[in-house]
Amino acid sequence: MDTIDRLIINQLQSDFPICETPYQVVAERLGLTEACLIERLQALLDNGTLTRFGPLYHAERMGGALTLAAVKVPTERFAEVTALINAFPEVAHNYARSHELNMWFVIATESLDQQQKTITAIEQQTGLRVYNMPKLNEYFVGLKLEA
Amino acid sequence: MFTLDETDLAIMRATQSGLPLTPRPYQTIAEQLGLSAEELMSRMVNMQAHGVIRRIGVIPNHYKLGYRFNGMTVWNIPDAVIDELGEKIGQLDFVSHCYHRPRHLPEWPYNLFAMVHGKSQAAVDQQIKVISELLGAYNQGHEVLYSTEILKKTGFRSAG
Repeated sequence: MDTIDRLIINQLQSDFPICETPYQVVAERLGLTEACLIERLQALLDNGTLTRFGPLYHAERMGGALTLAAVKVPTERFAEVTALINAFPEVAHNYARSHELNMWFVIATESLDQQQKTITAIEQQTGLRVYNMPKLNEYFVGLKLEA
Repeated sequence: MFTLDETDLAIMRATQSGLPLTPRPYQTIAEQLGLSAEELMSRMVNMQAHGVIRRIGVIPNHYKLGYRFNGMTVWNIPDAVIDELGEKIGQLDFVSHCYHRPRHLPEWPYNLFAMVHGKSQAAVDQQIKVISELLGAYNQGHEVLYSTEILKKTGFRSAG
């Protein structure tokens, strides 16, 4: 990663324009050519520095429901419970974390009703209590992951 | 509340994994969907104005940028002041997400979640100290949960 890559990552975390030739507009702003910008973005995507380039959608405003949930999994059942929970297509991400509540996952559904059904099904299949922690409020966060 | 129609959803599906790296990316997508570029762009502008599109840009991989220490910090804050303090913590430059979530008493007394990211454990420890000082006496207890393993990560593309 060189100075140009850093410039692109630091300047392009938001505000990519919606217009006919957006790469041209951004390239001019950054003092690059359009071809150079496109080539750099492709390389940063190919080598995994960027996970994605494009619009980030807000799930709830698309009518979906999203929640964070946690379970306390006994150590000896960790692999079994991981398999059970990961098998739900509604479970989008799942992380092991250093805590008594040692498994944390995001449930993405099209409705709150489906969210509740998914939680109930997970509790029935695993025999474990699901601690549901939907967000009650979201605080504004600026974007600033500096490269 | 803004309601998406079928065309908006088609645009969302066609763009959620990324924009094409072609000189006229919106034209490229519009052609795939049988729309004019003008209609596609005006719908995307509208979705952005209503917050359905949070932002358009690069989404870096934390780890690749050297942010290998990612902690979920959780705090027990009096409900009366949580919004005021949550806004302040969201402004800190090392916090990427900040949410009010429900407690589950007695086991889980924490109601404020802030994700922090650092290039070293010392950097994250310092960040936690900054949050702790900012909260002062309103901090009635906190913990930091580090992820020890990614058990599942799907192509789900929107942020909570």
